Amino acid sequence: MTLDAKIPSGPIEKKWDQHRFGMKLVNPANKRKYHIIVVGTGLAGSSAAASLADLGYQVTALCYHESPRRAHSIAAQGGINAPKNYSNDGDSVWRLFYDTVKGGDYRAREPNVYRLAQVSGSIIDQCVAQGVPFAREYGGLLDNRSFGGVQVARTFYARGQTGQQLLLGAYSQLSRHIGSGTVKFHDRREMLDVVIIDGKARGIIARNLVTGQLERYIGHAVVLATGGYGNVFYLSTMAKASNATAIWRAHKKGAFFGNACYTQIHPTCIPVSGKYQSKLTLMSESLRNDGRIWVPKTKGDTRRPDQIPDEDRDYYLERLYPSFGNLVPRDVASRRAKEICDKGFGVGSTGMAVYLDFSDAVKRNGKPWIEEKYGNLFDMYHEITGENPYAVPMRIYPAVHYTMGGLWVDYNLMSTIPGLFVLGEANFSDHGANRLGASALMQGLADGYFIIPYTIGDYLAGTGFQSADTSHDGFIAVEQATRASVKRLMSIRGTRTVDEFHRALGDIMWEKVGMARNSESLKKAIDSIRKLRDEFWQDVNVVGTADGLNNELERAGRVADFLELGELLARDALHREESCGGHFREEYQTADGEALRNDNDFSYVAAWEFAGVGKEPQLHKEPLAFEHVKPAQRSYK
Amino acid sequence: MNLTLRIWRQKSRTDKGKLVDYTARDISPDASFLEMLDVLNADLAKRGEDPIAFDHDCREGICGSCGMMINGRAHGPQKGVSTCELRMRHFKDGDRIVVEPFRAKPFPVIKDLVIDRTAFDRVMQAGGFVTVKTGGSPDANALPIPKQTADEAFDAATCIGCGACVAACKNGSAMLFVAAKVSHLSLLPQGQAERKQRVRTMVAQMDAEGFGACSNTYACEAECPKEISVSTIARMNREFLLACLT
Repeated sequence: MTLDAKIPSGPIEKKWDQHRFGMKLVNPANKRKYHIIVVGTGLAGSSAAASLADLGYQVTALCYHESPRRAHSIAAQGGINAPKNYSNDGDSVWRLFYDTVKGGDYRAREPNVYRLAQVSGSIIDQCVAQGVPFAREYGGLLDNRSFGGVQVARTFYARGQTGQQLLLGAYSQLSRHIGSGTVKFHDRREMLDVVIIDGKARGIIARNLVTGQLERYIGHAVVLATGGYGNVFYLSTMAKASNATAIWRAHKKGAFFGNACYTQIHPTCIPVSGKYQSKLTLMSESLRNDGRIWVPKTKGDTRRPDQIPDEDRDYYLERLYPSFGNLVPRDVASRRAKEICDKGFGVGSTGMAVYLDFSDAVKRNGKPWIEEKYGNLFDMYHEITGENPYAVPMRIYPAVHYTMGGLWVDYNLMSTIPGLFVLGEANFSDHGANRLGASALMQGLADGYFIIPYTIGDYLAGTGFQSADTSHDGFIAVEQATRASVKRLMSIRGTRTVDEFHRALGDIMWEKVGMARNSESLKKAIDSIRKLRDEFWQDVNVVGTADGLNNELERAGRVADFLELGELLARDALHREESCGGHFREEYQTADGEALRNDNDFSYVAAWEFAGVGKEPQLHKEPLAFEHVKPAQRSYK
Repeated sequence: MNLTLRIWRQKSRTDKGKLVDYTARDISPDASFLEMLDVLNADLAKRGEDPIAFDHDCREGICGSCGMMINGRAHGPQKGVSTCELRMRHFKDGDRIVVEPFRAKPFPVIKDLVIDRTAFDRVMQAGGFVTVKTGGSPDANALPIPKQTADEAFDAATCIGCGACVAACKNGSAMLFVAAKVSHLSLLPQGQAERKQRVRTMVAQMDAEGFGACSNTYACEAECPKEISVSTIARMNREFLLACLT
């Protein structure tokens, strides 16, 4: 099949408006005849479910948490971008568009990014109307700050808890609908497969995590808003339960997977401290606005950081990138940190950390100013490490944080399975090879509030549906297959725990498919992952039973999927013989160590078609055209 | 460090449940309380025993999933942190630690330390929102809000819905949880239109779920990981009275 991104014609600034006008509408009275299933209720899912219910569609929403408010969108700290130009510093839709395409290292679809920038202002209006308590100036107007990788102040924030406040806003609107019965919500349900009838996504099979029962849900369209796959690395800043099962199983049913290798490593996380480590904690990169990153100039300098005078410190980002300094994009900051630690200049007990120092900011503006701005982040750091960051510099190190890749979707956010829409981090769109700070919340909410409500109507109005209910053969077959795969996991009764396999996979991914990759390491990774996958299916021990709450079984299913997705990630990284954004191939770099893109051969989206476990997936290419932002080597010097 | 743990085990909603003794060995003082339980669970799984079920997700104190009574204190001995943020350095080698689920009639135990807190969601569904359909909202800066008011609303809005306030209260009262949401929205101009109705419907749902009356002991504020002030309860009482009288 040929990929059709369905990008509307016309000038870029008019594409979305014209497309909206050209779309078919569902008559208001007919909307209640259509039933939409929304899987995942984080920012993208909650906002989509509430907005679709506002329009009058019947909506069923599910999540594996006990409440939509627990989704990991809640952990985003820094903020959300919108080119309101409240700061009067020259911002505009065009500039946000330009920054995002450039930040994504020219591997994003221009029209998608332009639309994202266009609707982002309305998101802020929407959230404020819901009662989201954004930071304000003394005069009562909204405050903005600048955020990693850009030179204007366009980021709206709510202390260090922007994601929480935005999710609670979307959750409040979803709750309004659940309370009035216009959305049916099912908690503690995990989607295990998608049901396709007559070539269209018509429902899902979900496991009730409390009773263990498999349940069938039917609709006219299925919306996946199930987040990213960063936990394929085991240690990441993702929530423990974040997983790829929903998108991976849809992939196995025919949804192409886009740009799997674009993973973002966030530069400012709290370093690993021991073997027991279960996850990594992010410190918002807004800290880089006022903190200065440095390492000692001499290897193995064991003096306390406050005993090391300025002339013995290497503020390496300020040295290498005089104009952006500590605010270079995430991929650049991360790679430089790894590089300087690999050379032996790292600090802390493991040598795998650099300092993030606030002493200058404290001297300049005083401690209360820092407390007001970053208080909760400093407290969090103190609690985790036992060190007081007001007195000693923080130690930070990069960690896996976000996955730009995901299911391939067209301009309407529909995957290659008709009727299966994918929103937020779960899709591949908008961020290219690298995501700028404060853009994830923006994309999740843009998809949910302002894009899917239009595009899904066009699909529903233009599609004929076979009448079917959950006793249809399609449901019975998928349910049986799902039951068999659960049974298979339970019956292995080997000797190693699920977590042991997950950690082993994480080690392979981080060492060989992490911040810097090369052909040899990637080939080794693929072999190791395959071997580990074989061992998993022979030797994993899933304790307990399948007919009730069983965390081990939940994890086993997710790890089984990661063991397949990890291979695709490595394959995608191997095939992309260039460096761009979050994908850095050691063979392709400039003389001074910057990413070297190959626009002639790789200016495309890699969309992979599943061919069977262990079989080479088929590559489809969606060429990228850059009409407005001319690809250049990103320079932050 | 080595620890003796007495942990609540309960197979299902209907099972009676009991405390069972375990030993956790070689725990790093830098590990979190949940990582300590991970180590114990890995041990149990290795031996083919059912690991201890507990809710958790973000492990950075913001999702509100985790929560257990640790030596009789909701989220343990440290002030202003949730269970996932609690580090083992606050315990001593050889300590005996009793771990139980949050207990309250509206929070039935599902398994071991996992409880059902959907009563909170139903309270929210009863009125914890400003009715805003998507689209058509005025410009975000059309309505200035004094910083002090916005900050006060924010302090209330930081509630993570973990249920520690209910577990800490001898009456199993959800007043702090409900008051936080009522305060957040009644302070802001956006919340004014539904202000009276909101407090009435949320309080009615809170009562219907079986949460108790305020004990006036301030135990909720003492155990709240986000340190939400009991002054929100005073505000809710005023709001409720006003809504009923006018």
